[in-house]
Amino acid sequence: MNPAEAIAELKELSTQIEAVVLAGRDGRAIASSLATDSASRLAADAATLVAGADDVRRDLGRDALHQVQAATPEGSVFVALDGDRMAVATTGGDPTVGLVFYDLKTLLRQTMDDPVDDVVSAAKDEDVEA
Amino acid sequence: MSKRKLWIPFVVGAGSFLGTVVYRRRSVRNRNRLDVYFDDGSMVSLASGSPDADKLLPLAGAMLAEARTAG
Repeated sequence: MNPAEAIAELKELSTQIEAVVLAGRDGRAIASSLATDSASRLAADAATLVAGADDVRRDLGRDALHQVQAATPEGSVFVALDGDRMAVATTGGDPTVGLVFYDLKTLLRQTMDDPVDDVVSAAKDEDVEA
Repeated sequence: MSKRKLWIPFVVGAGSFLGTVVYRRRSVRNRNRLDVYFDDGSMVSLASGSPDADKLLPLAGAMLAEARTAG
């Protein structure tokens, strides 16, 4: 499925997700419910968050990272990982954690046939406005 | 009424107030956390106050602000 279509569908179905960005793990935005500039900043910050979580993993000697949630009283940031891609979402306070991760994994699965490099160039032309 | 009887409501009220304050502080601290999930199905929860969480939680706050400003 086209990443823009998948994000539009996710935004329509989820009442908890406020913003969603599909990005490369290097922090390059692929598609988003936000405007391009904000999506790029969110993707870059998510890459930093994942790198920090990966440091924690390395220190503990654990398996590869699967997903990350940063929870604050104001809301949560979710990052689900799949190879060299990640799906990032922001929510309000007290989200249904399992449901948000399920939605992000579904987004990654729906868009897995789109190679990152091809999609990045396409995303510049067709941002999905929420 | 004896002095002791006068003190009982005061002590009970002060204890309740103190309990509420402690509970609220712990509750807020628990809501500031970084949960890291691994491929083997395990998870580590880093509470606010740990060095890694304190480094990454402000970034999450900035991301939430960015998303809300843009949205």
